[in-house]
Amino acid sequence: MLTRRRLMTAGAGMALAGSGFDPMALAAISDLPPVLPEGVRKNATLEALPGKKPLLKLSYRPPNYETPIEYFRTAITPNDAFFVRYHLSVIPEVDVRTWKIVVGGEGANGQAEFTLHDLKRLPATEVVAVNLCSGNRRGLFQPHVPGVEWGYGAMGCARWKGARLKDLLDKVGLKKEAIEIVFDGADSPIIDKTPDFIKSIPTWKAVEDTTLVAYEMNGAPLPHFNGFPARVVVPGWTGVYWMKHVTSISAVTKPESGFWMNTAYRIPLGRFPVVARFTSQETAGNTPITEMVVNSLITNPTDGANVRMGPVVIGGIAWDGGYGISTVEVSSDGGKTWVAATLGEDLGRFAFRTFSYDFAPKAPGKQTVMARATNKIGQSQTTELIHNPAGYHHNVVHSVTFNVA
Amino acid sequence: MRALIIALAAAAIALPAAAQEKPVELKKAPGLDKVEGNCSGCHSLDYIVMNSPFPNAALWDAEVTKMIKAFGAPISEADAKAIAEYLKANYGS
Repeated sequence: MLTRRRLMTAGAGMALAGSGFDPMALAAISDLPPVLPEGVRKNATLEALPGKKPLLKLSYRPPNYETPIEYFRTAITPNDAFFVRYHLSVIPEVDVRTWKIVVGGEGANGQAEFTLHDLKRLPATEVVAVNLCSGNRRGLFQPHVPGVEWGYGAMGCARWKGARLKDLLDKVGLKKEAIEIVFDGADSPIIDKTPDFIKSIPTWKAVEDTTLVAYEMNGAPLPHFNGFPARVVVPGWTGVYWMKHVTSISAVTKPESGFWMNTAYRIPLGRFPVVARFTSQETAGNTPITEMVVNSLITNPTDGANVRMGPVVIGGIAWDGGYGISTVEVSSDGGKTWVAATLGEDLGRFAFRTFSYDFAPKAPGKQTVMARATNKIGQSQTTELIHNPAGYHHNVVHSVTFNVA
Repeated sequence: MRALIIALAAAAIALPAAAQEKPVELKKAPGLDKVEGNCSGCHSLDYIVMNSPFPNAALWDAEVTKMIKAFGAPISEADAKAIAEYLKANYGS
């Protein structure tokens, strides 16, 4: 029930009323990466959204909560620990009895509507795929760039089940001139003048067999904060295209030109080793972000951990834009020599791939270990940041320093 | 203003996260009232703390301009100036 008090807290939450406000509940977290902006280290708190475990809260509204590293020790990220990222503050609880997706647009031959029941009657496809925010690790950029100052956890990997987007598009028929497929979701801005969050992908990507309109995540309905009742799943590409609470899918014959395509989510042209291009949106200087760059994360031990003298299992995950991980190497001498880690179960080319390496420290004291992933087309992680204004594609080799005693 | 109040009420109804929102205490200094009055309607103020203290004066000016030009925030010229000055003095580098 919406009480007056809740309304006041929610709407005018900044009134700093103080009553009922428990500063202990907002205690800052001590083990955040030290290179994050000082404001993040003071401001981030572990807090649980409805239906979620406590996650690292970076902002309440729009809600931006990242997954703590401990949940990345397995290839599948639990739904209740999966990160939350929104651009706009009005996020309705969707009623499946009235929710539907309208498929059409001037690049289609017709229009059709799909309820959740209709989606489930189409052939179901499953894909294990990483959903990673374009700005993951933005907070680690030096010099810092403005935005949501994510650490390592604006990502997750799930088994997605849904209808192929292609099958929805086939119901209306695409004109041969249809160059992009445009998505809109149920979320909206507070004020009308704020651009609604609308994204497009090239038609060639939309009709791939693994591009889905997913209604299940790890065998359960999508959590509200991950796009219930259905979201677009674009394996290999960054999360910005994975429209949550999708309500509209339109084929267009001209490039989509809203703020979220023209201005936001762009990377300098030619600076990153990406294969997948979005040519209808390219300018002389920049291009929309597309596929993820190859990357890895050490999840064990954590940075700053104390471990007992003896063998230490170095564990972590690696992923890329859908070519598949071929090797992960570990270095314990600052990158002079590298040794191959053992790869875990292969859940498909779009999934997190776990790795482990048995490290035998020669002596007690501080040890620094690095991990470097390479994918099946020979791309590897960078040792120096490729700086860019919006803070995307951070795939600098990750290292952890721990104390052996 | 009335439209903003209605929008806020709508947001509170629509957004479960809002019910979890705790007050974000910014530094008490001249201009704070303009920040609270103009910025918090569309986003929580932890956005400011999170993006600090690294921005220089030009970057804070650019952020305020972005909120008005790109995101359509209805902020008067005088308030925009007060907000930018507050951010530079309290959350800048």
